[in-house]
Amino acid sequence: MKIVVCIKQVPDTAEVKTDPRTHTLVREGTRSILNPFDAFAIEEALRQREQHGGQVTAITMGPAHAEAVLREALAMGVDAAVLLGDRVLAGSDTWATSYALAAAVRKLGGADLLFFGKQAADGDTAQVGPGVAAHLNLPQITYVRRIASVMDGKIRAERLLDHGVEVVVSSLPCLLTVVKEINEPRLPSLTGVLRARTVEIEYWNADDIGVAPEKIGLDGSPTRVAQVFVPPARTGGVMLRGAPADVAAKLAKELRIFVAGNA
Amino acid sequence: MATQGITIDHERCTGCGLCVESCLFDAIACAPGRKAALNADRCTLCGACVKVCPVAAITQPEKKVAADAVAQASKWRDVWVVAELENRHVHSVTFELLGEGRKLADALGERLGVVLLGHGVQSLVDMLVAGGADVVHVVDRPELAVVQDEPYAAVLAELIKRYRPSIVLGGATSAGRSILPRVAILVGAGLTADCTALEIDPVTRLLRQTRPAFGGRLFATIECCTARPQMATVRPKVMKPLPTNATRNGDVHLEEIAAGLLASRVTQVSFTPEKAATADITSADVIVAGGRGMQRAANFRMLEDLARVLGGGIGASRAAVDAGWMPYARQIGQTGRTVCPKLYIACGISGQVQHLAGMSEAKIIVAINKDPEAPIFRVAHYGIVGDALVIVPLLTTALKKVATGAA
Repeated sequence: MKIVVCIKQVPDTAEVKTDPRTHTLVREGTRSILNPFDAFAIEEALRQREQHGGQVTAITMGPAHAEAVLREALAMGVDAAVLLGDRVLAGSDTWATSYALAAAVRKLGGADLLFFGKQAADGDTAQVGPGVAAHLNLPQITYVRRIASVMDGKIRAERLLDHGVEVVVSSLPCLLTVVKEINEPRLPSLTGVLRARTVEIEYWNADDIGVAPEKIGLDGSPTRVAQVFVPPARTGGVMLRGAPADVAAKLAKELRIFVAGNA
Repeated sequence: MATQGITIDHERCTGCGLCVESCLFDAIACAPGRKAALNADRCTLCGACVKVCPVAAITQPEKKVAADAVAQASKWRDVWVVAELENRHVHSVTFELLGEGRKLADALGERLGVVLLGHGVQSLVDMLVAGGADVVHVVDRPELAVVQDEPYAAVLAELIKRYRPSIVLGGATSAGRSILPRVAILVGAGLTADCTALEIDPVTRLLRQTRPAFGGRLFATIECCTARPQMATVRPKVMKPLPTNATRNGDVHLEEIAAGLLASRVTQVSFTPEKAATADITSADVIVAGGRGMQRAANFRMLEDLARVLGGGIGASRAAVDAGWMPYARQIGQTGRTVCPKLYIACGISGQVQHLAGMSEAKIIVAINKDPEAPIFRVAHYGIVGDALVIVPLLTTALKKVATGAA
């Protein structure tokens, strides 16, 4: 079984704060971390390898320091790692990113299973997984919360949708995006950490994956950021004070339009 | 050669440091008394620094636009909404998108179309016209009876190529967020996820798509200069539907689709809806959510009582889900679901940034928490410092009194 897991390094959003007074971003000492959803994708890739044999390759696209998330994946147990990094890829939106990642997967010779986290914690778009599937003309299963079986060239999986759980079957190869309910990611073992330091990461640039210059980076991205701003702070919040029964009554009065039947 | 990176003009730079604050990737440094310096390795060309620089010292080359691309883009016309069905009914988000799409179409002086895919769906056409559509494109095929990403994306891409709409809007639901990214790739369009505001730029006539990023710490306005259509997903409950108008007229096009586009390599084996009627918390008008302060699973019953009076659904913080008090499907926040209800009551939830990212767009937020310093109070419209286990039952009783007019 050939397995690829695509991961991303993101700023730790828990540390990106806004100053409540000056209303600007306080980004001091923001760390870069493995996108939290991607740990579940790596774990699931490893579990499939443990059941069916084969090899897991982790790919990330980003600047040189994104190597850190590949080392993390190696420490968890992936077999090989590829860093797709090139100045000309910077500024890629989800269209251009999925185009470049698809080209990298093609260079690897494709895969039976491709794993992505549900979304990345910086952009929260959830678009790159399905985007890669579309570029590679692969079937996709999004929001996977359980893989029931992989056999005879087919995968059976459960999807966590807005209003229930769907069980689907797909032919392989297939691309999956996973939710955090799917597993409990392992902690890297000591030997894993030691091995991760020695494994050679492959560095690929735009030429290596044979992408068209007009389809990557800022120029290859259909969208552009026209403006970035910090949202205005909420003002006018009211603290209700008094004995519990009194504040409950006050609040009930404020919320009366919501009472079922009155709405 | 692709566009080069950000440049900082040190003649103009005053060393004010605003760009350093604006950069989420730690790519700009500015020591006291010095000029700003860029670390190109970390820069993602997001352009945030360019926009905050008060002296225009930071520049980013404009995206190269092919000469005929603008002329080509202007040939795409009309605003489209992708209808979503749930259990053979039109999903509420579709009417919300029609309401918003109507505004955009009127601002452009263009028509509002809606695409309806499914099987045995023609009876729903009138409802979509009454909801604001001028044209309904219907693809009624047995192969589309169940929503599957592959054929749905292929059919939508085919219709987009056929009619060339300028704007395509869809719900940021689990289905919309799976299907529309595929469509965007197939038609070469830009897609902006989870928009909270849409407007037409009066000068350029481009769609300005505003969305939260970094869990709501930051908002970005996105535009598609020449790629068409301009695609966006919008979360349920963000936009307002129009009042239903049964006297509106609309055209109906029954679309022919080549059989090859209807094939799906993924097939549905079963679907198990969540039992409660208000199970889909992303579509609930009212959400009562509990956190660590609820102390144990059994105490969620008092939240259910409160939710019942308000006709709402139950949500939970990550702490409550990790403790096993509520299923993951109910988790609200960055690693769970993002909701935008009319009323959100946070009970015993401190309001970690990851939780706020999932609910801070709610229209009215009520926070009940013992800790007066809890971050949840900073986003709350109404705050009560107190034990949720005491306040919630009192609130339920008080609301029942209000309902019967006794208060």
